[in-house]
Amino acid sequence: MAFEGLADRLQHVMNKIRGKGKVTEADVKEMMREVRLALLEADVNFKVVKDFVKRVSERAVGQEVMKSLTPGQQVIKVVKEELTALMGGEQSKIAVSNRPPTVVMMVGLQGAGKTTTTGKLANLLRKKYNRKPLLVAADIYRPAAIKQLETLGKQLNMPVFSLGDQVSPVEIAKQALEKAKEEHYDYVLIDTAGRLHIDEALMDELKQIKEVTKPDEIFLVVDAMTGQDAVNVAQSFNEQLGLTGVILTKLDGDTRGGAALSIKAVTNTPIKFVGMGEKLDALEPFHPERMASRILGMGDVLTLIEKAQAAVDEEKAKELEQKMRTMSFTLDDFLEQLGQVRKMGPLDELLKMLPGANKIKGLNNIQIDEKQIGRVEAIIRSMTKEEKMNPEIINASRKKRIAKGSGTSVQEVNRLLKQFEEMKKMMKMMTTMTKGKKRGFRFPFM
Amino acid sequence: MSFFKKLKEKITKQADTVTEKFKRGLEKTRNSFSEKVNDLIARYRKVDEEFFEELEEILISADVGVATVMELIDELKMEVKRRNIQDPQQMYSVISEKLVDIYRGGDEQPTALNIQPNGLTVILFVGVNGVGKTTTIGKLAYKLKNEGKTVMLAAGDTFRAGAIEQLEVWGERVGVEVIKQSAGSDPAAVMYDAIQAAKARNIDVLLCDTAGRLQNKVNLMKELEKVKRVIEREIPGAPHEVLLVLDATTGQNAMSQAKTFKEVTNVTGIVLTKLDGTAKGGIVLAIRNELNIPVKLVGLGEKMDDLEEFNPEQYVYGLFASFVEREESM
Repeated sequence: MAFEGLADRLQHVMNKIRGKGKVTEADVKEMMREVRLALLEADVNFKVVKDFVKRVSERAVGQEVMKSLTPGQQVIKVVKEELTALMGGEQSKIAVSNRPPTVVMMVGLQGAGKTTTTGKLANLLRKKYNRKPLLVAADIYRPAAIKQLETLGKQLNMPVFSLGDQVSPVEIAKQALEKAKEEHYDYVLIDTAGRLHIDEALMDELKQIKEVTKPDEIFLVVDAMTGQDAVNVAQSFNEQLGLTGVILTKLDGDTRGGAALSIKAVTNTPIKFVGMGEKLDALEPFHPERMASRILGMGDVLTLIEKAQAAVDEEKAKELEQKMRTMSFTLDDFLEQLGQVRKMGPLDELLKMLPGANKIKGLNNIQIDEKQIGRVEAIIRSMTKEEKMNPEIINASRKKRIAKGSGTSVQEVNRLLKQFEEMKKMMKMMTTMTKGKKRGFRFPFM
Repeated sequence: MSFFKKLKEKITKQADTVTEKFKRGLEKTRNSFSEKVNDLIARYRKVDEEFFEELEEILISADVGVATVMELIDELKMEVKRRNIQDPQQMYSVISEKLVDIYRGGDEQPTALNIQPNGLTVILFVGVNGVGKTTTIGKLAYKLKNEGKTVMLAAGDTFRAGAIEQLEVWGERVGVEVIKQSAGSDPAAVMYDAIQAAKARNIDVLLCDTAGRLQNKVNLMKELEKVKRVIEREIPGAPHEVLLVLDATTGQNAMSQAKTFKEVTNVTGIVLTKLDGTAKGGIVLAIRNELNIPVKLVGLGEKMDDLEEFNPEQYVYGLFASFVEREESM
C-alpha cells in the first residue's frame, strides 16, 4: 500500500514524544498535521479537511487528550468519533411514496456505475422489501447502455422499459411512469446517461425528467475513487437537481474513499448505499463508522472492542489478569479464554478488523480453521483436573489417554502443551514489562 | 529566455486547432489552478509558512498527490531560503520551474504510440471499471483509420453486460471489424481469435478491449496476465503498447492502479480520460514522477474525434497559460 494509516502515522509521532512525560500543545499540533495528511491521502477534500482538523484540534488540546495516558490513541478516538458524526447516522432507507409508484432517478458522471447500481438496487428492492420495480433505460447516448440494462433485467428476471435510443429521455421517463401506474409497479428506477456536471444541455435534460416524473429519490452515483473533484461534482448536481441520497460505488477496491466524507460535508446529502462488488447482490447499507475507519486506514477496531466488551465478562477478565500476574494461569483459564474469543464471532472476520491487517500480505487468503480450536478445546476437556492445573505431570501414558479421549493424536496433544508453555513464557515477559505501570493488560489473548 | 516563452514558441508552431482543443478541454483546470495561484501571490506580502500552506492546498486540490506535493513544497522552501526570496511575486518562476521539473522527470519519453511500421501492432487496454476503455478504443480506432491504417477491434470485455454490444456500435460508427465471442467466454480466447483474424486480413492495428477490474482483485488480475500471455505467445514483441486508462476524476487511488497494473501487465502508457470535466488529473504528475509511466493520449470530450495524442508542452501550457501571459507582460 502506498499509504500509511493514521494509526501508524500517529504512532510515529508518539514515539518521538515518548518519554517526555507530558503532551504539549505543540505535540498535539504535530499530531494534527498527521491527521490532516491521512485525510488528504484518503482524498478527503482539502477544504473539508481544514474545517475538520480545526474542530478536532479544539477537542484534542482540551483536557481529554492532554491528560490521557495514551494521547495517540485518544486523538484517534476523537478523530474517529468526529468523522463518524460527520458522516451521519445509518440512512440506508429508501423512500416509499404514498402514491405509488415511487420514482427513483439515478444520476452521475460517466463511468460511475449508474446502470449496474440500478440493477443492484432493483434486486435489493425485490429481495429485501418485496417490491416490484420497473427498470427504465433512459441512457440513449452511450452505445449499448440500453442493452446493458436489458441484460441486467434478464439476469434479474425483471422488466426493462425502453423506447430505443431515438426517443428523448424525458419522453421515455414519462411513458415509463404511465406504464408503471397502469401495471401497478411499486418502484420506477430511471437509469440516466452519465454526464458532466458542467454540461448545461444535459443537466437541463435531467431537470426536465425531474419535472415530468416528480421523483421521490434522486440518487447521485459516485465512484469511491474520486479525488478532490468529488465536491464540485456533488455540489453541482445537488444545486441543480436537489439530491436525496448518494450511492458510493466500487468500494470493494483498495481506495480509502474520502470522497464520501467530502460529499456528505458539502452537500449534507446522506450516503445511503455502497457498491461492494460486481455481482448484482453486492449493494450494501452504508455504515458511517466503518467508512471512518477506512478513511483513516485503520481496522474496525471499535467494532472489535465492542464485540470484546459484549463477549467478555468484566469480572472474569479481572480474575484472569490477576492470575496471569501471579503466574497461576492454567489450562482451564486458557479454555475459558478460547470460549470468550469464540463468542466474538468467526476468527477470520475478527482478523479483518485488526488495524494494519490489510497490509499483511496473504492475510486475505488465510483460512482460519475453526475446527482446530474445537480440537484444542476437546484436548483440554479430556484432561483431569489435576492435569489442567499442573500440566507438567502429563507423561507419555497420560498423553495417550488424552489423545484417545479427545479423538486426536499424541502429536496434537504435544503441540498444544508446547504452545501453552510458550504462552506462559510470553505472559511472564509481558508482566515484567508492564510491572510498575498502572496499565495492565486486560486482554492477553489478543 | 524563460522556459514558458520557449514553450509558447514551440506550441505556436503546432496546429492551432489542437492547441485550441487542449485549451478548451483544460479550461476548467487551468482557470481554477492558475487563478488560485495568482490570487495567492497577490494576497501575500511575504513568503511565509502560511503562504506555503495555501500553495500546498492548491496543489492538493488538483489531485497532484500528497507525497509529491510535500516533496515539492520542501524543495520550494529550500529554494526560497537559498535565493533569499521574500517577495511573493518572485515565486512565479520558482513554482513553475519546479512543477515542470517534476512533470518532465529526468528523461524525455516518447509520447507517441509505438505503431510498427510493418506488420501487426497490438494495443492492449487495461484499467478499472468505468474509466472509459471501450470509448477510448472507439475514438482511437477512428483516429487511426483517419491516418490511413486498417484497424480491428477485439471485444475482450466478456463480463460486463452490454460491453460487447458497446464495442460493436463503435465498430459500426467507425467502420472497422469487431472480433467477438459470446458474453461470458474466455477473454484470452477472444484475443487468440482476434490475432488470427488480424493476421489473416493483414490488419495494421489491433485494439484489444478488456473488462474493467479493480486492481486488488487477484483473480481478475491473473486473468489479465493470461490475456497478455496469449498475445505475447502469438506475436513476438506484442502487445506493442499496454495502455492504462485512467479517469481524470480519480484521486490518490490512481497511483495504486498504476502500480498494480504495471506489475501485472507492464503498462507502457496512460490514457487520461474525462479531462473535459472540472477534474485536473494531477495525479499523472505523481505517476510520472514515481513510476515513470508517460501519458500518451487524453480524452477531451465525448465526440469521436475528442482524443488527442498527449503533448506535455501543451498540457503544461494549458495548465500554466496565465503564467506565460504574465511573464510576457512583465
